[in-house]
Amino acid sequence: MRRVAPVLEVLVPLALLGVWALWSANSDTFYYPPLTDILSTFNETWVFERVGSDVVPSLLRLTAGYLLAVAIAVLVGIPLGLNATARRAAAPIVEFLRAIPPPALLPLAIVVVGVGNSMKVLIIAFVCLWPVLLNTIDGIRGIDPTLNDTARVYGVSRFATLPAAAPQIFAGMRTSLSLAVIMMVISEMVASTNGIGFFVLQSQRSFAIPEMWSGILLLGILGYALNLLFTVVERRVLAWHRGAHA
Amino acid sequence: MKTWAPPTVAVLCVLALWELVVGIGLLNEDHVPPMTDTVAELANLLGDPDFWAAVGNTMQGWALGLGIAAVLAIPLGIVIGSSATAYRSVRFVVEFLRPIPSVALVPLAVLIYGVGLESKVFLAAFASFWPLFVQSLYGVHDVDPVATDTARSFGLGRLERLWRIKLPSAVPYIATGLRISSAVALILAVTAELVIGSAGLGRSINVARQSGAIELMYALIITTGLIGYLLNTLTSQAERRVLHWHPSQRQVAA
Amino acid sequence: MLEIRHLSKSYGDTQAIADVDFAVEEREFVSVVGPSGCGKTTLLKCIAGLLAPTSGEVVLQENRVMALVFQEYSRSLMPWLSVRRNVALPIRKRPDRARLVEEAVEAVGLTDALDRYPWQLSGGMQQRVAIARALAYQPQVLLMDEPFASVDAQTRADLEDLILEVRERYDVTIVFVTHDIDESVYLSDRIVVLAPSPTTVKEILEVDLPRPRDQVETKELPEFARLRAHVYRLIKREEAEVTR
Repeated sequence: MRRVAPVLEVLVPLALLGVWALWSANSDTFYYPPLTDILSTFNETWVFERVGSDVVPSLLRLTAGYLLAVAIAVLVGIPLGLNATARRAAAPIVEFLRAIPPPALLPLAIVVVGVGNSMKVLIIAFVCLWPVLLNTIDGIRGIDPTLNDTARVYGVSRFATLPAAAPQIFAGMRTSLSLAVIMMVISEMVASTNGIGFFVLQSQRSFAIPEMWSGILLLGILGYALNLLFTVVERRVLAWHRGAHA
Repeated sequence: MKTWAPPTVAVLCVLALWELVVGIGLLNEDHVPPMTDTVAELANLLGDPDFWAAVGNTMQGWALGLGIAAVLAIPLGIVIGSSATAYRSVRFVVEFLRPIPSVALVPLAVLIYGVGLESKVFLAAFASFWPLFVQSLYGVHDVDPVATDTARSFGLGRLERLWRIKLPSAVPYIATGLRISSAVALILAVTAELVIGSAGLGRSINVARQSGAIELMYALIITTGLIGYLLNTLTSQAERRVLHWHPSQRQVAA
Repeated sequence: MLEIRHLSKSYGDTQAIADVDFAVEEREFVSVVGPSGCGKTTLLKCIAGLLAPTSGEVVLQENRVMALVFQEYSRSLMPWLSVRRNVALPIRKRPDRARLVEEAVEAVGLTDALDRYPWQLSGGMQQRVAIARALAYQPQVLLMDEPFASVDAQTRADLEDLILEVRERYDVTIVFVTHDIDESVYLSDRIVVLAPSPTTVKEILEVDLPRPRDQVETKELPEFARLRAHVYRLIKREEAEVTR
């Protein structure tokens, strides 16, 4: 049984792809073009025709918004994690702000900041802020008291124990990464003149269906690739954590 | 008393700050209306039947989307999770499909279902399927092997083990999945309303912005926040109730 | 060197420590024993300055420094730092820290592990790192809270001998909390026996066994048995009085 399972892991996805290719090959439905068509359109569009015009702006906005969110979240989360009263005071405000469905904020962002790049960056940052913030607070609160006692006894500043919160902070950062992609797409669909999200919506409006699907496929690959990249970075930074909890 | 004071003070301070910042002109009144005007607008809305119709539309999309997702995701997750072979076959596909942003399917939804309720429900259901499915999957799969081995040594059959050991262990995971999926369903419902124009709060917010009724827009956004806050609170409480016996929730009696 | 003057500690309505009073001379090895839950750890934390006493005071001779070695060694070492950097942590601002670290690590016999991480080491080795860290800090007083309670018997014997060597080499005063009576007699110059909670000092005994101590020879001496029995009965009697 053990030897069968890894083979299955590779076979099943390939089989599904095969089924999709076969099923759509004979399709003449407008909405579901043959997989082969989608793949060739993908090749024409994204390798590497529209990388500069759409992929790069999308990625830049994504990165800027994400990093901004992480920086603010950690800076604000540390004092909130350390001080119970501040935490209690901020709790309902944080819970309310993070409960606002992000799309509802788009019109607000447009009104206040306009329809340019800063709007997209800011809204990505706003949405990505909360998971990292909450996880930073939880991470700081969860630092082993023995570790803090040790720092006190040896006259070492409290900040020396902060890396103990890193695993939790990274968990929050991972969640925020998915949110960043989602907000990037939505903001581009609603108010943009370039970007992958914009391209997908435009294609749909002009009934360029294989192009639309190619864009969707690209977004899937992007999401997967970013996640993979994140995992690689996390593995390196948190090597000590994995070792300690093996 | 002590626990209520800090948050109340904080909220009052934020509201006062808002009023002040707009009052002295630090924030443009065209961009951010005064706090008092917004609150007054919000109070007005409560008597407006169109407002409640929009709320109803959003909640309808949320409920149908979440409901369909739950009916599909939970049984599927449990069945696949309880078979080690099925789990391993499906895992790679799930990990690949999971990060795909559901918003990418908005144009597809429009093509297939048009601009009405069906599109909204499709998007909400598709997006909220994943957290519930994954949680159910992991919940059944990650059961403590000592517990299942003990059950097996007592002669419990496969189905009984599922019913008596694996399902109760999985319930907290599923409760967490419901909490996450509820938030996701709300987000996608509002997204559909905003981007596609289906009836609901999202569309009302957009319309308010386009016609320059800024206080209305802010009041509606605050409403969506309150709805989200309410749903989060309810699902979190339900989750905590169900989780209270779980090791992750235990606090050492100091 | 160190004086604990009429120390008491209460948490709300519960009094953990009623009145503890004793003095520690320079270079002495003093053990503190008592029945379970009598407040030994609370006492040590008050002495170390981690908890504020409700009344009374802890007086340390001027310019003297204390270090504390915890029972839960794995939770007191920073898992993201190597052994070298963990030991260097309290002294990282000192220019001669490299030398101090290497000496301390060599004193506990872990020179080969300098660049490893705590999770790569066994329990006994991790506790040695904690001891090395305390030594690198160059304290005059070393406080130890049941440091060998969480290791196996074999490792415990090795660590007991290690601490005696370290005491000789570094000339430190040691206050050693333990629940293991044999260990307290084996290691100490004096033993402070505590009463059950709310705790007071029941008795202070002199341990007149020859040094250097040996795991086999010292424990065969009749004086060892006598002291051991005495402390045992003291504690058992205390426990009996409480339950009566």
